[in-house]
Amino acid sequence: MATITIEGVRHVANLARLEFNDAETEHFTEQLTRILDYIGKLNELETDDVPPTSHIHPHQVFIMGSQEGAAHVAKADVVKPSYPREAVLANAPEPEEGYFGVPRVVDRSH
Amino acid sequence: MLCELTAHALQEKLKNREITAVELAESVYARIDEVEPHVKGYLTLTEDLALEQASRADAGFQKGDEMPALAGIPIAIKDVICTKGVHTTCGSKILENFKPPYDATVMTKLYEQGVVMIGKTNMDEFAMGSSTENSAYQITHNPWNLDTIPGGSSGGSAAVVSADTAVCSLGSDTGGSIRQPAALCGVVGMKPTYGRVSRYGLVAFASSLDQIGPFTKDVTDCALLLNAICGSDVMDATSVDVPVPDWTQSLINDVKGLKIGVPKEYFTPALDTEIADSIQRATAVLEGLGATVEEISLPHTEYAIATYYIIAPAEASANLARYDGVRYGYRNENPEDLINMYKKTRSEGFGEEVKRRIMLGTFALSAGYQDAYYKKAQKARTLIKSDFDAAFEKVDVIATPTSPTPAFKIGERTADPLQMYLSDVMTTPASHAGLPGISVPCGFVKSGLPIGLQLLGAPFAEEKVLRVAYTFEQNTEHHRQKPQIQTNGVTSQ
Repeated sequence: MATITIEGVRHVANLARLEFNDAETEHFTEQLTRILDYIGKLNELETDDVPPTSHIHPHQVFIMGSQEGAAHVAKADVVKPSYPREAVLANAPEPEEGYFGVPRVVDRSH
Repeated sequence: MLCELTAHALQEKLKNREITAVELAESVYARIDEVEPHVKGYLTLTEDLALEQASRADAGFQKGDEMPALAGIPIAIKDVICTKGVHTTCGSKILENFKPPYDATVMTKLYEQGVVMIGKTNMDEFAMGSSTENSAYQITHNPWNLDTIPGGSSGGSAAVVSADTAVCSLGSDTGGSIRQPAALCGVVGMKPTYGRVSRYGLVAFASSLDQIGPFTKDVTDCALLLNAICGSDVMDATSVDVPVPDWTQSLINDVKGLKIGVPKEYFTPALDTEIADSIQRATAVLEGLGATVEEISLPHTEYAIATYYIIAPAEASANLARYDGVRYGYRNENPEDLINMYKKTRSEGFGEEVKRRIMLGTFALSAGYQDAYYKKAQKARTLIKSDFDAAFEKVDVIATPTSPTPAFKIGERTADPLQMYLSDVMTTPASHAGLPGISVPCGFVKSGLPIGLQLLGAPFAEEKVLRVAYTFEQNTEHHRQKPQIQTNGVTSQ
């Protein structure tokens, strides 16, 4: 398993939409390196022929709709009323004319 | 004090009209006035709502209506479970002012039962932690020793039941967040099989592991709460449509003929020797009552933490992408542009542990590393699950310590995240396999801190777990002990 560099931490922070100053970046690099070293323990395991587990009751996820998947819980595809607009916007930091307001993304001059 | 009693004892008193639900709620709030400033288990108290719910229950009892089992029973809710119109912060600054527009399915079910909601409990931010020290708001103190942590992430929910500032509570368990704090606070805590309880309205941390469950003062109350919250739900596609028995039928004081496996891998040098002795005494009690106790092997146990700290952060990094300052929660006020708003909002709104896990998870899922980390961890998860599948061919229930140490001192492990992660070594294996697990009090270390016995069952075999837990409890006295909370040097209670 690879380790993580300062540049790697900056790259991952950007992917995760987080930003750190230089001291924080260094701090996270050290800590993540230590944690990833520990996780490297998994390399002791021979897993070429082992299937991955993404869900512990797989038949319910992968055989939806079949008899075998009868235990799976799926909603009927029926249109139902949504929450009132005011209720949904009540938690918004900057609601604007019935919408979620965000900083301008398109320059008006174009 | 009424607030010291179990839900099933209170249920009798309410039914016989010896007490009212309002008196009971008032007893809980009086206890809160007395000890909550020292324990700090609650983030929000909902006294007006509670008294209204209590009056409604009393009206029902007065009319002689057939009342549900939990009518009038005071309950506390972990602040990660959505409560309509009531603050749900997840212990995070980023959701400081968030009031959900809907109730979690478990809340709808509890309200139908006529419960009285006392308040919302403190937790590690977004349920990430093992000590509740990662809350953005306050440190919760263990009622057994106020200098120690209550465990986590559901530390508030465990502490309030232990301190009698609630009769029972709900928490959530991803890698041990119900079982570990239950052990450290000397109460009963259970994580049902993954899929037993709807996760609708449980703010998502790691979706393939998260499960809601109860904290109670005894196993009977645990069964009563499971009766209220279990069942499939069309709002959660991972909830499983299997029959839900009346769990009180599992409260059988008899373990004759049951096989209990004790996995040798849990007894490492890292395990506190007093805890190891206590677990040995506990299994001897069960053997004395007619169970067969045998050593078993779960060979991949030592890989559970490494596997967990890939899978849980990976899922968390995706789940926590929604906190971007647009639809709810905190927003930075002076962003340069939209992307900068996301970054500033998230960097200011999330605490350090949450950021660390988002980073770890984003890295594990990033191009070039996904196979080496995430896929590898999913394969290790299969091996861990296979260990349990093989073990449950031979035994009915597995008995282990819940935590390798008793409650540790506040601040002792905060500087070293890896050290904190290792606190979950006894609980994460069962999480990977989605198993039902309970922690019940089984003794005390010499310093007076409680010890928990973890009992695990095969998927959907909660009945056997409850039966063994109940038998152990009925034949021991540990669960009757109460902490003496030091209030300004004066011992209360």
